[in-house]
Amino acid sequence: MIAYLLRSFVQATLVMLAVAFIAFSMFRFVGDPIASIVGQDATMKDRQELAEALGLNDPMPLQFARFMGNALQGDLGLSYRQGRPVAALLAERLPATIELALLSALLALVVGLALGVYTAIRRNGLLANIIMSASLVGVSLPTFLIGIGLIYVFSVELRWLPSFGRGDVVRVGWWTTGLLTESGRKSLVMPVITLAFFQLTLIMRLVRSEMLEVMRTEYVRFARARGIPDRVIHFRHALRNTMVPVVTITGLQLGSVIAFAIVTETVFNWPGLGALFVQSVQVVDVPVMAAYLMFVGFVFVVVNLVTDLVYLALDPRLRTGSMAPAR
Amino acid sequence: MHAPVTPPAAPPKGRLARFLDSDLWHSFKSSPVAMVAATVGLVITLAAVFANVLAPQNAFNPAALNLMDGYTKPGETGLGSGNWFVFGADAQGRDILSAILFGSRLSLIVGIASVAFSLVLGVGLGLVAGYVGGKIEALIMRIADIQLSFPAILIALLVFGVARGLIPPHRHEEMAVVVLIIAIGLSNWAQYARTVRASTLVEKNKDYVQAARLLGISPLPVMLKHLLPNVAGPVLVIATINLALAIIEEATLSYLGVGVPATQPSLGTLIRFGQQYLFSGEWWILFFPALALVLLALSINLLGDWLRDALNPKLR
Repeated sequence: MIAYLLRSFVQATLVMLAVAFIAFSMFRFVGDPIASIVGQDATMKDRQELAEALGLNDPMPLQFARFMGNALQGDLGLSYRQGRPVAALLAERLPATIELALLSALLALVVGLALGVYTAIRRNGLLANIIMSASLVGVSLPTFLIGIGLIYVFSVELRWLPSFGRGDVVRVGWWTTGLLTESGRKSLVMPVITLAFFQLTLIMRLVRSEMLEVMRTEYVRFARARGIPDRVIHFRHALRNTMVPVVTITGLQLGSVIAFAIVTETVFNWPGLGALFVQSVQVVDVPVMAAYLMFVGFVFVVVNLVTDLVYLALDPRLRTGSMAPAR
Repeated sequence: MHAPVTPPAAPPKGRLARFLDSDLWHSFKSSPVAMVAATVGLVITLAAVFANVLAPQNAFNPAALNLMDGYTKPGETGLGSGNWFVFGADAQGRDILSAILFGSRLSLIVGIASVAFSLVLGVGLGLVAGYVGGKIEALIMRIADIQLSFPAILIALLVFGVARGLIPPHRHEEMAVVVLIIAIGLSNWAQYARTVRASTLVEKNKDYVQAARLLGISPLPVMLKHLLPNVAGPVLVIATINLALAIIEEATLSYLGVGVPATQPSLGTLIRFGQQYLFSGEWWILFFPALALVLLALSINLLGDWLRDALNPKLR
């Protein structure tokens, strides 16, 4: 088990280093760091001095080490476009994205599990079939069209929900939350549904097929023969054994939630990291792009680590043997 | 792989006759979903290809527009030109139908070209990884793993941003489509590489490959002439489904405003413009391009699903 944990940590560190290296290469080689500071008309001598002062003439490994050192201390450079520290820009927008992503993941997990179990138990029911067909159409719809559709129904026609922004937010320390005000909660509804939609259909279909698989096994039939109530069989015996793949996919999907947040945030004008990233790509603001890449890499690594740890809790075999988790 | 199996005793027939007798065609004829999807896909594709001839208006030439036609409702005639607008007109009097025709042409071009790019890249790397093995294989597959664990849209955005940084600003517009194709292509190759590597590992130990090697044929011709035709089947299915994904990815990027330039809109760009009019009641500027995108993506998706089942009944 210790070896298993250790391996997870080493892998996580290696991936993070690779991501940091890509970010560093972007930072260093895309665009001209000097021109972005002093402008195109600086003399050769000025440029040389600045390059020396910034350490751009040092050997590459040294520059990379310095970049890493700065990044670890929270110094991610200055935004070309806004002239402010990138770290401050990220910190300011982080709560909006995290709140959106976590609520979406939660919604997708809860509703996906419920619908998945339901469609598996009532395999031939009318409602189950309707849900399954609807999920097929949902998968083929681009995220941004789902968002626009929601805006049309709930903002334009019904006028129930705001179509953009976070509403009023409450500051709790350095964190800002929209959950404590009515307009904040209202603003969250549509972005959360839009972002959760794809994950929801995925989790639902996965739970359904896993459940159908498990329901066919001997031990479920045996439990039924013993006269154990259906509810107990479904939720205690069957569902528990479908959880390992479900947790894997949900964990891995958290990365996609962050990525799709880019689209969702743009549709709803949500002041989060994804919208910041899109803007930085439009104007080639390299430090912001590099920092966002590192952020996403970090999220992926942490999510993978947590997923590995959850396996330990779900699958007792891992705690004793040296068996690798089923991926 | 797709050559239909004909009984050896049958008299030689033409290609078309053989195709009409194949399992693939029979399966197609017995699947209404596949037929409808193929028809819709074909109609949109043909309409896009012949946009020059079919479009009532040269939609992106400012001289062809009449401002008096602005906001014409679907099915009404414009006040300025007196032309009939099936799907209505936008603020500048641009015919939405013509915009969709030209837009889907660009969407299809970018989609097909990026799938072709990722296909060549992925199949090539997969063949090399499977056939050569060793450290090269480990490296290629590791990169593929990383690519697969990051969402395609994120990779495409990063590639796009980096390319923009490397290309001088005055060439951004003309290079945009190429950059877009490369960005989408680079975010989708890994799946091909994995599939091709897996089938190459199986095929390379078969007698015909061993025989070719014994004859002294060098690795490249062995890979291209002997291995490639035998690993191409599953790749075709992935490519069809990926075409739908690539079209949606292009639409998403253009919707985000980082895709094709505004002077040359694709379906995604049209949807982005249309969203501005959602609140003022001009729903058709948004609705018809969105409908075209969904129909296009859905029909290709359904065709891909059908093809997968038809080529490999075991998967069902």
